Amino acid sequence: MTSIYLDHAATTPMVESALRAMTEQANALGNPSSLHSHGRSTRKSLEDARERLAKELGCLPSEVIFTASGTEANNIALKGLYWAAGESGKKVVVISSIEHHAILDPANWLASHEQAEIILLPVNPNGVIDLEFLSDLVATRGREIAVISIMHANNETGVIQPIGEVVRIAGQIPVHTDAVQSFKKTPLSFSHLGVTAMTISAHKIGGPLGIGALILKRTVEIPSLLHGGGQEREIRSGTMNAPGIIGFTTAALATYNVDEVRALRDRFISSIQEMIPEARINGLAASRLPGIVNVTFPGTQSETLLLLMDEQNISCSTGSACSAGVHEASHVLLAMGHSQTTAQSSLRFSFGATSTAQECDLVMSVLPDVIARGRAANIR
Amino acid sequence: MKLIAAMSGGVDSAVAAARAVDAGHEVTGVHLALSANPAKYRSGARGCCTIEDSHDARRAADVIGIPFYIWDMAEEFHDGVVEDFLSEYAAGRTPNPCLRCNEKIKFAAVLDRARAMGFDGVVTGHYARTQMSDLGKTLHRALDHLKDQSYVLSVLTVDQISGAIFPLGDTTKVDIRAEARARGLALAQKPDSHDICFVPSGDNAGWLRERLGSDVGPILDQNGVKIGEHKGAYTYTIGQRKGLGLTIPTPDGSPRFVLKIEPVTNTVVVGARKDLAITTMRGERAIWCGPSVDEKSRTGFVQIRAHGTALPCRYFFENNLLVAILEAPLLGLATGQAMVIYDGDRVVGSATICETQ
Repeated sequence: MTSIYLDHAATTPMVESALRAMTEQANALGNPSSLHSHGRSTRKSLEDARERLAKELGCLPSEVIFTASGTEANNIALKGLYWAAGESGKKVVVISSIEHHAILDPANWLASHEQAEIILLPVNPNGVIDLEFLSDLVATRGREIAVISIMHANNETGVIQPIGEVVRIAGQIPVHTDAVQSFKKTPLSFSHLGVTAMTISAHKIGGPLGIGALILKRTVEIPSLLHGGGQEREIRSGTMNAPGIIGFTTAALATYNVDEVRALRDRFISSIQEMIPEARINGLAASRLPGIVNVTFPGTQSETLLLLMDEQNISCSTGSACSAGVHEASHVLLAMGHSQTTAQSSLRFSFGATSTAQECDLVMSVLPDVIARGRAANIR
Repeated sequence: MKLIAAMSGGVDSAVAAARAVDAGHEVTGVHLALSANPAKYRSGARGCCTIEDSHDARRAADVIGIPFYIWDMAEEFHDGVVEDFLSEYAAGRTPNPCLRCNEKIKFAAVLDRARAMGFDGVVTGHYARTQMSDLGKTLHRALDHLKDQSYVLSVLTVDQISGAIFPLGDTTKVDIRAEARARGLALAQKPDSHDICFVPSGDNAGWLRERLGSDVGPILDQNGVKIGEHKGAYTYTIGQRKGLGLTIPTPDGSPRFVLKIEPVTNTVVVGARKDLAITTMRGERAIWCGPSVDEKSRTGFVQIRAHGTALPCRYFFENNLLVAILEAPLLGLATGQAMVIYDGDRVVGSATICETQ
């Protein structure tokens, strides 16, 4: 049976050229921090990669801080910017109610360990943050705000957030954006956005696992989480992962056909609307990433649907977190006004560079039956 | 067949799932999340329900090579098993939650959902057997009588038995562990579980006291004379001798036993050993695991504890009650327990004991 992968937002196949470049670098000897010829050679390749990535992102090479994951970059940014502002007594952290756990959890940690006050920005039913709420907040409590962190596009719904507006409203307040899902999928320029910090990750764009980056304005100084050799701007220590960085950059420079992916997604959405008319596409009216579709199938349970899809050799997801292996109702869908029940009746399908129209049609040939069986099994 | 294997994270259910795969079935592993706030790690003799156990189950499924899912049955478990356990104790009876879990969760909620999803049945690691005969598919004791779990399965209806697969019924536990090792399952050495899975401390009395309160009440002798006080009637069980804390000795110095628990008046009645003796028990909510029992008296065996002895008896069904009349008197029988009738090694059916004399 053919297996179909529609979970590219979780991770996506490595780009051929990135895999090659990474393997080649893995065979090369030399710690980039060493002064001898081996070290210099690795350092040269690594810094070439940093420069190319910076150009692609619209930032300076010195603004690229490589990390081991997007989660690490988010932690460095949120905690670092909070601590840096804390010197002037600012204790308020503003995040949206639809952030990934890699922002939600560090924010909650700051609240429980570092006396931070967390303010959650609400979203409208289409999953877009409430800018008016932010304006009022900045107007009334702006002087207390240490950092604002709003994701560039949501990982569950694909809904793109108005980060440019956020930066404008924030004024002097540092803004961080988690752009892990957006990079390569929608135009993304660090300098045009005007944010203080931005997170990206390699494995979401066809690069390897275990490498991410925090883009941080060159004049901004923040305390570090990992202390040691001080390799990355004294903000992030640890031997630089040259093969990972080179794989990352190669993937970042590879072609990603946004229009093709978007056409597939739209074909999929039309089929669902036609064949399962009661299904509800979440965030449909908002501007979205090309590859992500989040659908609510009333009267079903996501965990049942996942099992039935898996049985058909189709990999998709709910996009939301698990608690002890049990799917929690998505905090993103709840924030958009869903009930516990409908939030737990939703699936995320995410398309990628390797997705095909044939796959899309194959999924649609089984989906109506899966939904019918899922409904029958929902006998709680 | 397409089967759901219920995998607790223990050795038995893992080997059961593997055997079902070997038998040519298409198997999907499912771990039941039964607690809304599971503990992270196993402690004591608890054999399931922690996050560590769900990881063990997932790892076993991966080694066996089957898909694995976690089903959230916390709400069903709480309503059907935990609440039942509490209300039975509050009513002065001694319930068996494992039996209730099989009745309401594993072979009801899980089997129903599995069937609706297009599966044919549920595989579990229970030590019991099923057989096909003129009577249809019937439930039987495991070959290893020491490990036999047919008692806690005696709440399954004919329809539920038709969807139940027990691949371990013909093997001893020692062999199952060896087989798990041979199959490369890391949980081969995991200890057996004994305690009630939702009472993590193993302290049932304390757990009950926390939830039902601990109103002090009188301990009376058979003449109604108060001879002591107890800390919550439900923490006692019929036939109990130890832990009564009585300071007034009997005239002849013989020990006292709990004879009766009266939850309404919060009274515990104690008396002599001989007064514990009963010969007749009646049970309500009878379930037949094969052909139903009628008013005609038949000879067979009745078992009143999970690993108790099978006692020779006559049994029949009268006035909506399952009645068993013992050949020899029995000491100390709590209401609320299940009476399970056997015909040889076949499980005839069961009922919840509501009356003894």
